[in-house]
Amino acid sequence: MEKQHWPLWEIFIRSRQGLSHRHVGSLHAADAEMAIENARDVYTRRQEGVSIWAIPATEITASSPDEKDVLFDPADDKVYRHPTFYDLPDEVKNM
Amino acid sequence: MEMDLLQRFEAYVASEKKIEPKDWMPDAYRKTLIRQISQHAHSEIVGMLPEGNWISRAPSLKRKAILMAKVQDEAGHGLYLYSACETLGVQRDDTIADLHSGKAKYSSIFNYPTLTWADIGAVGWLVDGAAIMNQVPLCKCSYGPYARAMVRVCKEESFHQRQGFQIMMTLAQGTEEQKAMAQDALNRWWWPSIMMFGPPDDNSPNSAQSMAWNIKRFSNDELRQKFIDLTVPQAELIGLTIPDADLKWNEETGHYEHGPIDWDEFNRVIAGHGPCNKERLDARNKAWDDGAWVREAAGAHAEKRAARKAAANTAAA
Repeated sequence: MEKQHWPLWEIFIRSRQGLSHRHVGSLHAADAEMAIENARDVYTRRQEGVSIWAIPATEITASSPDEKDVLFDPADDKVYRHPTFYDLPDEVKNM
Repeated sequence: MEMDLLQRFEAYVASEKKIEPKDWMPDAYRKTLIRQISQHAHSEIVGMLPEGNWISRAPSLKRKAILMAKVQDEAGHGLYLYSACETLGVQRDDTIADLHSGKAKYSSIFNYPTLTWADIGAVGWLVDGAAIMNQVPLCKCSYGPYARAMVRVCKEESFHQRQGFQIMMTLAQGTEEQKAMAQDALNRWWWPSIMMFGPPDDNSPNSAQSMAWNIKRFSNDELRQKFIDLTVPQAELIGLTIPDADLKWNEETGHYEHGPIDWDEFNRVIAGHGPCNKERLDARNKAWDDGAWVREAAGAHAEKRAARKAAANTAAA
């Protein structure tokens, strides 16, 4: 069996105007145009989308799971970034 | 070090958290998932064949449109799953080559033929019904991409089962011949369908590990029982008889008891000696080979377009 190894495309769909594109999965296609056409058939058979982004998987830079602590731990001790950190008198009803 | 990672992994998974593609995972977990997800994907793809058989002979335009939509869904489900499988580090074309060479397995149920139109009803009702029963717990499986693919699949699959039941119901309410046709399809598909849940618990060597890893949530026998309990009243409702003389309701347990399952048949079909094993693989290989020129043309077209674009960019610079 002759193998193709067409590039992998990550597919993002905007489900309706007003919402962001969201990752739905990936697929293989010879080029960008074919990736969009295939994404239409694979990921929007039931009106799931109004817009498609196809991005070559090789173009995505991802943070590594090993860096998770370095990247995200500093936010742990900054509870003062959340409104619930501040106790206010009951008289202040909505703030 | 490795031991430490393994313990952390198992505790993490046991606490219902999800594993994502780049996270560390034990090799055996990765291998189990690759095998399971690729077999699942192959089943969706091979599953198109027995149904595709009836697209051109569906009894009405409405049924034909429905069947085409269903078969197209199966193709989509295969693709979601291949895509999930690839996140584990395998190449799509290699996975497909394993199916075509006969190295990889797919669900044995698709090695049975669809002899009459009623079989399309039985496949939707029973085969998709059993598949849903297996797949719903997988929506909560510990591997993120597999779980997400399953959510999509389950959402789409429920129409498949309903349309199948409706075909059976329509036939069962029809002429004597139509009702006999529905009964005949039920007779042929019942046992293979309940075998879809796999060997009995005392003979299912990999189950315990998959349960510990939260890949599998319920045992084979539990799911089989659930399926039987749900399906028997549906058959009664439309006046069809489950082909199991030993089937009886147990008031105490609140479950149906079923007769012995012919596991020799199950093993024979898995080993490649079912009625359609060869036909299915031949059809897959033929489709791949016949499509070679389309793939070549698409590749050539993409290259030409890329070259043109590059030339235009150079000219503009």
